[in-house]
Amino acid sequence: MVLNNIEKLLEKYENGETSLKEEQVLKHYFTKDNVAPHLEHYKPMFTYFLGNQQEQFTKDLPLKTKRTFNYKWLSVAAVAVIMLGVYFTPITDTNTCKENVVGTFCEPEEAFNEVSKQLAMISNHFNKGTSTVNYLNEVNKGTATLNYLNEIENSTGIIFKTNEY
Amino acid sequence: MTQNEFLNIVMPFKDKVFRLAKRLLVSTEEAEDATQEVLLKLWRNKGKIGEYKNVEAFSMTMTKNFCFDKLKSKQAQNLKIVHSNYEEKNTPLQKQVELNDSVSWVERIIQELPEQQRMIIQLRDIEEYDFDEISKMLSMNNTAVRVALSRARKTIRERLTNTHNYGIK
Repeated sequence: MVLNNIEKLLEKYENGETSLKEEQVLKHYFTKDNVAPHLEHYKPMFTYFLGNQQEQFTKDLPLKTKRTFNYKWLSVAAVAVIMLGVYFTPITDTNTCKENVVGTFCEPEEAFNEVSKQLAMISNHFNKGTSTVNYLNEVNKGTATLNYLNEIENSTGIIFKTNEY
Repeated sequence: MTQNEFLNIVMPFKDKVFRLAKRLLVSTEEAEDATQEVLLKLWRNKGKIGEYKNVEAFSMTMTKNFCFDKLKSKQAQNLKIVHSNYEEKNTPLQKQVELNDSVSWVERIIQELPEQQRMIIQLRDIEEYDFDEISKMLSMNNTAVRVALSRARKTIRERLTNTHNYGIK
């Protein structure tokens, strides 16, 4: 009775007319051990179908890595770094005063004093220089007295004129 | 849509996608790549998933198209040549073992079927979809699916009876 049923189902099955439930019945029948000898050749088919259902996809999906890198944010970060750099560099320069470098002073007053001292020294030496140059005035005086010689020439000129007449 | 929500949608049918891909592409590695590609495509367009009526059927259609593209591409053709050379020359022992194993004979017989029949056998007899779903996935007419299925089943049965009766080939 069961066998008869199975044979009918097989015929329907080959014509593609069985429902999913009927196919389940067939699969169930052919995976059991007591299959009728003349239907034995169907067995591998149905066992293959059932066995193949177990195969699984084991590779993992790299969903996270698919996020594309956004280059806009790179430029934003670069700008931020540059801004910070510009903002901080002058402050760090004035704060760290290098005492040991020649000619630099940390206190403005000290620097002012030093500068005025240097300027005073320069003007002192300058005055000394100009005072020695003052002797040149004596030369001027000498040339002024030499002008009297012209007077002598004038007078001798007059004398020679009187001699001609 | 978060990653978890996406995985919840995809998990139930990812194996089916893989098996269909393997049925068409034969090699496991190729099928894995194809499955990954199909699922990643879904993930990239995750915003549209709500619009699809049936995500599973949609992914199966995607898989089918993707595998056909793969088979048409030159890369796959080159691989085929290498693959068959390898099988024929270097694995006589494995072949002999396979000959004895009638279940793997079924796999070989299915592999020799035309692509369309292979897909229908896969979808109906292994994944157990109903005819409406299959006809939607393959964009075929319902009766055409039945006819192709019936042909495929008959071919498998005939070849199996031959090998069973004579133990040759």
